[in-house]
Amino acid sequence: MAYSEKVIDHYQNPKNVGTLDKSSKNVGTGLVGAPECGDVMRLQIEVDDATGTITDAKFKTFGCGSAIASSSLATEWLKGKNIEEAVKVDNMDFVEELNLPPVKIHCSVLAEDAIKAAINDYRVKNGLEAIKFDESVVH
Amino acid sequence: MLKLPIYLDNNATTPMDPRVLEAMTPYFLQHFGNAASRNHPFGWEAEEAVDYAREQVAKLIGADPKEIIFTSGATEADNLAIKGVFEMYASKGNHIITAVTEHKAVLDTCKHIEKLGGEVTYLPVNAEGLIDLKELEAAIKPTTILIAIMYANNEVGVIQPVKEISALAKKHGALFFTDATQAVGKVPVDVNKDGIDLMAFTGHKMYGPKGVGALYVRRKNPRVKVTAQMDGGGHERGMRSGTLNVPGIVGFGKACELCRLEMDEDNQRISKMRDTLETALLKLEEAYVNGSKEHRLPHVTNISFKYVEGEGLLMGFNKNIALSSGSACTSASLEPSYVLKALGLGDDLAHSSLRFGLGRFTTDEQIEYTIKAISETVLKLRDMSPLWEMYKEGIDLNTIEWAHH
Repeated sequence: MAYSEKVIDHYQNPKNVGTLDKSSKNVGTGLVGAPECGDVMRLQIEVDDATGTITDAKFKTFGCGSAIASSSLATEWLKGKNIEEAVKVDNMDFVEELNLPPVKIHCSVLAEDAIKAAINDYRVKNGLEAIKFDESVVH
Repeated sequence: MLKLPIYLDNNATTPMDPRVLEAMTPYFLQHFGNAASRNHPFGWEAEEAVDYAREQVAKLIGADPKEIIFTSGATEADNLAIKGVFEMYASKGNHIITAVTEHKAVLDTCKHIEKLGGEVTYLPVNAEGLIDLKELEAAIKPTTILIAIMYANNEVGVIQPVKEISALAKKHGALFFTDATQAVGKVPVDVNKDGIDLMAFTGHKMYGPKGVGALYVRRKNPRVKVTAQMDGGGHERGMRSGTLNVPGIVGFGKACELCRLEMDEDNQRISKMRDTLETALLKLEEAYVNGSKEHRLPHVTNISFKYVEGEGLLMGFNKNIALSSGSACTSASLEPSYVLKALGLGDDLAHSSLRFGLGRFTTDEQIEYTIKAISETVLKLRDMSPLWEMYKEGIDLNTIEWAHH
């Protein structure tokens, strides 16, 4: 299977690989997937309390090229967005941007789930209620 | 100069040896006859060429040329052996014993047999990939007609105790069939010393052409018969109808001859390179060889690089190095390798595996390049693997509640 140029580019030059301090109150961490399934994504966001803006985002991913590319792209998209905007990122945005084939759609779902998990982690840490999301369709 | 890409997927198929192609060429244009045409020189030439190839093939495995049935490949030979025995020996019994790590051509044929009312026992394997001989003997019943165990495995290269298996089959009056696709031409296989009654193998795994293979069918002690699975002109002693693929058979014969003459020398060189590759890659932390290292083909190694996913790993160099992975993402079924799972590997390790199949045309320079490229990619991907980070922090990954997708 041939990968799209964008997937290859993110794989070769991933953006924002790394770790934020998960004990910090300003940091939300989303860990999704499972080793047995062949993909695990950890996405972290750092949020400015006052404005609700995501000031930094980092990822680490165990998975195929599409999973790595989706998480790299997610961190790029999240930086500078505020939480309300970030919640709206949809898995199909990844599919379109990276030209993911049908067998790789689950990578995009995982990226969307990682964003939501990170946001909820941040909210719960800060005494807010976790947002209830609809179950993702494709897993 | 190192030429890219490098081919290290010789268990999938081998490149043809130029000497094989050379032997085949006259049989496309000049000697194009049908080997079954008995009344003119075109037919006689074709028949003579097939007879000669049959001798070359037989000689490689210590058989009589009359015991070689040409087929379209190993899958057809597997089907013919299992279905053919099941039909032919129906009055004797309906039970077949095989193993869980067999190739799909054997496993799916056995499933078909079950649908036809046959009974199949699927033996497990140990962590080394070997079947247990006691378990095998315990599984044999009065109705057992066939024991079908592969010679060497395509994913991990593990060689089964063929002599011991055939002795048990003989002791209990069952036939022994072996899918030797990965073994013939690579290691010495002798149907008499190994006690084999039926054996499937193919040209394109031993530097011959695709689309041609053979089923060895023993003629003496005991005389084995299989029911044909294709109706037609009664070629190949009535066991496999269809006009013979003369150029393919000529190439297959030549390939067998070359393997017979050059196997020892090839193996010394290839196994040395394999060992160099394996030793270098095992220097990476948390890298493990899958399957027996003792009972193994000389050109194969299968290694899991923990905390790195196989397809992601391949992507780091697959423009330049051709390899296979046991990862789900590289399979059509989206399931990780059933062979590795049968060896007791967790899904995580099965996802992290690479299969290396070296061959006659592999060079030291290619191995050197491969070691470097893979080591670099593993390190790079571990740097971005959350699992590697957790492992390094001493977190037991089994204690984490994963959201299963």
